Amino acid sequence: MSTDTVAKAPERAAPPALGHPARGRAFRDQLARVVMWVAFLIALIPLVWILWTVLSKGVGLVLDSQWWTNSQKGITSRREGGGAVHAIQGTLIQGVTTSVISVPIGVMTAIYLVEYGRGKFAKAVSFMVDILTGVPSIVAGLFVYAVWVTTFGFQRVGFAVCLALVLLMIPVIVRSTEEMLKLVPNELREASYALGVPKWKTIVRVVLPTAFSGIITGVLLGLARVMGETAPLLILGPYTKSIATDLFGGYMATLPTMINQDRTESLQPAVDRVWAAALTLILLVLILNLAGRVIARFGSVTK
Amino acid sequence: MAKRIDVSDLNVYYGAFKAVEGVTMTVEPRSVTAFIGPSGCGKSTFLRTLNRMHEVIPGGRVEGKVMLDDQDLYASNVDPVAVRRTVGMVFQRPNPFPTMSIYDNVAAGLRLNGVKGKKKLDEVVEKSLNGANLWNEVKDRLSKPGAGLSGGQQQRLCIARAIAVEPQVLLMDEPCSALDPISTLAIEDLISELKSKYTIVIVTHNMQQAARVSDQTAFFNLAATGKPGKLVEVDHTQKIFNNPGVKATEDYISGRFG
Repeated sequence: MSTDTVAKAPERAAPPALGHPARGRAFRDQLARVVMWVAFLIALIPLVWILWTVLSKGVGLVLDSQWWTNSQKGITSRREGGGAVHAIQGTLIQGVTTSVISVPIGVMTAIYLVEYGRGKFAKAVSFMVDILTGVPSIVAGLFVYAVWVTTFGFQRVGFAVCLALVLLMIPVIVRSTEEMLKLVPNELREASYALGVPKWKTIVRVVLPTAFSGIITGVLLGLARVMGETAPLLILGPYTKSIATDLFGGYMATLPTMINQDRTESLQPAVDRVWAAALTLILLVLILNLAGRVIARFGSVTK
Repeated sequence: MAKRIDVSDLNVYYGAFKAVEGVTMTVEPRSVTAFIGPSGCGKSTFLRTLNRMHEVIPGGRVEGKVMLDDQDLYASNVDPVAVRRTVGMVFQRPNPFPTMSIYDNVAAGLRLNGVKGKKKLDEVVEKSLNGANLWNEVKDRLSKPGAGLSGGQQQRLCIARAIAVEPQVLLMDEPCSALDPISTLAIEDLISELKSKYTIVIVTHNMQQAARVSDQTAFFNLAATGKPGKLVEVDHTQKIFNNPGVKATEDYISGRFG
């Protein structure tokens, strides 16, 4: 095929004197390719560096089964041993609680914006979500502190942390769910209406199932994001070394506060624990991300 | 079962824009009526007013009367959802529900309207797929996704889905425009069969198709872009194609404009 074209080329009328445009284009193509690869590699450097540092310094403790079963109760910075189960538990409990509150609010807000919202009110809601997206996490933490502790006089407890995380998670869920709902073709809604199905039932039985895997992915990514949040936890959720599962009473440890607790220590056992806690947090977030991918792949609608 | 449609002085709007103006026509029960005309002349828009799908679009509204036998579809006490159960619709592009199997697609209209009972649903699914000439092709894979069928099969699946709720009238908006000639033939045969039970209205850009399947043809046209579309002429298909009453119809059919 290609030899054919080459053989025929001389028979054609000579092209007008335009130089060699192909050579210039090939050069620019190469240049762009090199620039993109270099940019990609530069972007990769810090990622690999962080992962390597955390992995090499933290893997020892994480592979120890004690890490996943024991707390730090009664263990000082000087001593080795103990585990992070109190912090892992705290992070998971708070993450799940935050999701339980955020997901219904976020998904329903997105449904309102995509399926029902018209006019000024919808625009206002959408604008608010944008603003909420931009709220720094420490401001969310301070706001909940002002309401929960200063105004109502409650103690600093795990639930207050969850409230602050809810503020951060809702906009993420609203935006991702909105995108997923917009991807559902209008023809499916019309097909359902044309069968005499009311609008709400169309949304519940046709639109949401079609967008389901995308919504779940968005929720998991949002969850992964808030699980790594630190600022609200520093303000609202002081660290404790023992296992605590009560969201409404007493302090509750989390992985970010555990890292923060020991980060200024120079004693080796404490330093090791900081790296191991960091690795654990990365692993949790990674697992959530992977779960999101898997659900997206297997739950997605087969075309 | 099939009902007669009487439209008088119907104006259709998108917000302030008048898309279709002053349509008056009658569709006889158990007949096929074809709408032809250039793009943008309001055929589809008008078709969608016959089952109140037009108002799904923001700003869509209607003036005038559409009578289904002796019921005014736009009377204030009429529920648009109930209208759509009576007047079914098949769309231009096949749109089976992607999350549902072939069986579930056909049963969707009944299930979503609260009908339960496997026996009853099995019966309706088989009957509707038979009615859409699809049963023999899919009876062994009813649990497979509907989106896995070929385009022509998908469109027949959509027709099966539409007739499963036993409508009185079936509206078809260019049902064959995304299909190859063989699938088109299958759908046209199906239309001729369905005619014995339903009142059918079909929008088509294919003049031969209108001539082949319809008893009555309505020609829509618009004076210029931005002006509302109008019903130019409606008559027996034979007459429209052989001896139209209006010059514009003859020009359009013989390909002199449009």
